[in-house]
Amino acid sequence: MREVGTERVKRGLAQMLKGGVIMDVTTPEQARIAEDAGAVAVMALERVPADIRAEGGVARMADPARIKAIMAAVTIPVMAKVRIGHFVEAQVLEAIGVDFIDESEVLTPADEHHHIDKRRFRVPFVCGARDLGEALRRIGEGAAMIRTKGEAGTGNVVEAVRHVRQILDEIRRLQSLPEEELMAAARDLRAPYELVWEVRRLGRLPVVNFAAGGIATPADAALMMQLGCDGVFVGSGIFKSEDPARRARAIVDAVAHYDDPDAVARACEGLGEPMRGVDVRRLQPAELLQTRGV
Amino acid sequence: MRVGVVALQGDVAEHADALRAAGAEVVLVRTPEALERVQALVIPGGESTTLGALMARCGLDQAVRRRVGEGMPVFGTCAGLILLAKRAAGGEPPLLGLMDVAVERNAYGRQRESFEDELYCPAVDPNPFRVAFIRAPVITWVGPGVEVLARHEGLPVLVRQGRLLGATFHPEITGHCGVHRYFCTQVAS
Repeated sequence: MREVGTERVKRGLAQMLKGGVIMDVTTPEQARIAEDAGAVAVMALERVPADIRAEGGVARMADPARIKAIMAAVTIPVMAKVRIGHFVEAQVLEAIGVDFIDESEVLTPADEHHHIDKRRFRVPFVCGARDLGEALRRIGEGAAMIRTKGEAGTGNVVEAVRHVRQILDEIRRLQSLPEEELMAAARDLRAPYELVWEVRRLGRLPVVNFAAGGIATPADAALMMQLGCDGVFVGSGIFKSEDPARRARAIVDAVAHYDDPDAVARACEGLGEPMRGVDVRRLQPAELLQTRGV
Repeated sequence: MRVGVVALQGDVAEHADALRAAGAEVVLVRTPEALERVQALVIPGGESTTLGALMARCGLDQAVRRRVGEGMPVFGTCAGLILLAKRAAGGEPPLLGLMDVAVERNAYGRQRESFEDELYCPAVDPNPFRVAFIRAPVITWVGPGVEVLARHEGLPVLVRQGRLLGATFHPEITGHCGVHRYFCTQVAS
């Protein structure tokens, strides 16, 4: 008998996206550009993170009509974002048939204490994390995929690098511990013991782990892949650049051939201006998106 | 046997693990040069549009077609089967067009309709085994030279035409290596 919405089926879609690029889009036209460039999925949004950052106000789930128009325009999976803890926005996205839900710090949080109980949904969720404890709390809540938070909308890869290095360092540290120290490690990480035990056994997260937050160039994308990520989200980096179609294709090529410097060099050539970008150290603490929902 | 896995996009590591469990030596294939070093090839699950575009951009489509013409065995799962098919509804035309089957992309619906189930296929395993159908295609037509090895709810899901093997499901994410063993020992030997 068919079993839908199982953990395996939810994590499985993330496994099929590995080695790919997921692109933020706000219109059906942008979605087609992303699909033609070779994106494995698109993230349907009202505004890209750079505009959310610039315009301020409360950022919410996109209009379902806009998401449905994007779903009708492409055959690749369509993702969409909900506010942290806003399980009704998630119910709405599941009802209209979105393929993956991002419970995202880029939108204004709806609950400062609790994330969505993601196990209740048939649609898989992806969540951001800055360290191993955060990643395992999200997986404990039912996330089928993890991404680094980075610092969205900055075009600056430094925070995504910090977060993936942090997660991988903590995994290596767990592997060096004797089994009797795992309970204390779980307490220090503020993470479920069973998941800590599983990570130590696997030597990696039990779900797919993508890079996100500040990736703007093919070299940025290949850097995240070489650091050990399974794939890449590109938000503002494509449609805030001079030649989105060309840059989108170049980032796809750089991710597919991330360990071949000649191929990455060809991908980097003649792309026009990247997005302008922000020095993260000049942001005020209240302007940081990554500290939301830990 | 040295088996390549197209490693441009998709669940490459899962196929590599299943092949090793089936006793094969695994080579990751990202270029036509790497393809020359393998005796058989797996095209993994992933996004068929992306995988097809990436294979065409580096000339791997032509190289695979030539090697198949010379008798190289190929196993395609889900996206891999879509790329092998003669006809595919719901998107780009298929990349390789080597197998006498027609498929319809995402025919079960969107991700919320993805499922896992038991499959019974005596050619592969005397016992039923668990597989996942993830945004899976449906085979809507099989040519006269195509053997249907397994059906699910009446629809063909595992098909063979000579040295080509295609599955609409994913045997590689449920930890069962029977289909990979069948490919290595029956199709490719």
